Amino acid sequence: MSTKSHSIVMLRRNFTHLTRNPTSVFNAVLMPIVIMLMFVYMFGDAFNVGVDYIDYATPGLMLLAVCYGLGATATAVNSDMTKGIINRFKVMHVSRGAVLTGHVVASVLTNLVAIAALVGVAFLLGFSPSASLLGWLGVLGVIVLLGFAAGWLTVALGLSAKSPETAGLASVPLVMLPFFSSAIVPADKMGPGLREFAEYQPFTPIIETLRGFLNGTPSSGDVIPALAWCVGIALVGYLWARSTFTKRA
Amino acid sequence: MSVAVSRSRQGGDRPAADGSHMTSSAIAVSGLRKAYKDKVVLDGIDLDVPAGTIFSLLGPNGAGKTTTVNVLTTLVKADGGTVRVAGHDAATQAKAVRAAIGVTGQFAAVDELLTGRENLQLMVDLSQVPAKDGRRVVTELLERFDLTESAQKPVSTYSGGMRRKLDLAMTLVGEPRIIFLDEPTTGLDPRSRRTMWSIIRDLVADGVTIFLTTQYLEEADQLADRIAVLDQGRVVAQGTPDELKRQIPGTHVRLRFTTVAELDTAARVLGDSTRDDEALALRVPSDGGTASLRALLDRLDEYAISAEGFSVQTPDLDDVFLALTGTRTPEVSAK
Repeated sequence: MSTKSHSIVMLRRNFTHLTRNPTSVFNAVLMPIVIMLMFVYMFGDAFNVGVDYIDYATPGLMLLAVCYGLGATATAVNSDMTKGIINRFKVMHVSRGAVLTGHVVASVLTNLVAIAALVGVAFLLGFSPSASLLGWLGVLGVIVLLGFAAGWLTVALGLSAKSPETAGLASVPLVMLPFFSSAIVPADKMGPGLREFAEYQPFTPIIETLRGFLNGTPSSGDVIPALAWCVGIALVGYLWARSTFTKRA
Repeated sequence: MSVAVSRSRQGGDRPAADGSHMTSSAIAVSGLRKAYKDKVVLDGIDLDVPAGTIFSLLGPNGAGKTTTVNVLTTLVKADGGTVRVAGHDAATQAKAVRAAIGVTGQFAAVDELLTGRENLQLMVDLSQVPAKDGRRVVTELLERFDLTESAQKPVSTYSGGMRRKLDLAMTLVGEPRIIFLDEPTTGLDPRSRRTMWSIIRDLVADGVTIFLTTQYLEEADQLADRIAVLDQGRVVAQGTPDELKRQIPGTHVRLRFTTVAELDTAARVLGDSTRDDEALALRVPSDGGTASLRALLDRLDEYAISAEGFSVQTPDLDDVFLALTGTRTPEVSAK
């Protein structure tokens, strides 16, 4: 059997896992919405960002939604490794890549569900983007690319962790990172030190790219670094995951 | 003590170096070595498992049993020696070996979030089984392992015995001709253990070859056609259960006394006996027949010696194990 069909079998398995373990989906889909409601209703008026706060915050929250899904991915990958089922797959000559690809694709699809729900709620709250169809396709492209990049990095983290619990913890920095970017407030409103960090960390150009697409004013000054970061993270995550998998298995 | 019991048997132990031997050998291992960094785990192992038999690798924790299974099942590369499984070289023809074998490891390799049926279906999807036969194969295995009632429940709700059964059922999906069972009953209650044993016997009746590791002597004694005793990475004895039992002192009578004085007297009176001062016991060779027992008791009576306890003992594999490895209960020593 080919790698491709094994990947599909594995992906189906990962999806069944998601339906059996609804709390992780709940966490991935609901948490970003809760955070959105919190920021928009509680703090939104306090921030002066020049536009409607919901219009400012939605792109950042989309990225946050990607990150919230990662904890479940890391835990799931680690469970596969520590619970022995991986040995069965290996003896059956299942392509090793198929197991990991299944996790990454499941992670990206969870991201898309979470973001669709988030954007739906954003519209209810008065989100009014001026993006064209092409702009929306750009948004989708960036999110899928980011999802793949973060997914591979998370799979690597999950493979490196000793137990499913530590694997879940290992993804926490990825969940925190969006808060120290231009997701919630513009970087130039932050204190010294934090401001520089926020300006140069990878999530800021990615968020600015999403903002650009949604406003109908994408700027190549953001798009190019955003794509570079995504490709870089994906490559590092993939290579790291592959070598850890070979070593561990 | 001789450790090479099987050498006298006709070709039973010879590694399959030539092609002619391969037809009857399911597994042939010669000079297998494996070390992790400085620690030598397997130190030159020779094994030969004829097709359609149960072979048991017996040894304490840390003896190298799981490493042997891992090498034989292509999960780990050997440092030296040759390993042929189903006629294929485990190092260079891993794919062909994997197609011929099934493995049930020490820890149930089942997917806890899936149901029993879904676990089996997963195996069907990943194996060579044609999709149209998949449903029938799954249903048959569920029935055979008495798991039909729980088939729709997630495995996380299964008991230890049910998990092992499902694990073995998953191994059988592709109808492998050679099955490796790494400590299949460790941690199971006595009833589940017996169920597992009868399943294993049924498999062999169908012509499957079983390579079984265990730390339970009784298990090896019950199931195995041949046993190899592994200790610190070496095979210290190999043969049928009976051959191994013949290696140690035969049937004897064990007498237990309450005082050292009584033990002294008895030892003097009975002559050819072995004493165990710590237990205040005396071991007297005997054929276990009533005539010789009466003679023994009469002799004790004659000297007015009364023993506190009296038992006739036939050697079991426990004794063999003790004699060969110097450890009585293999389960105790830590990894």
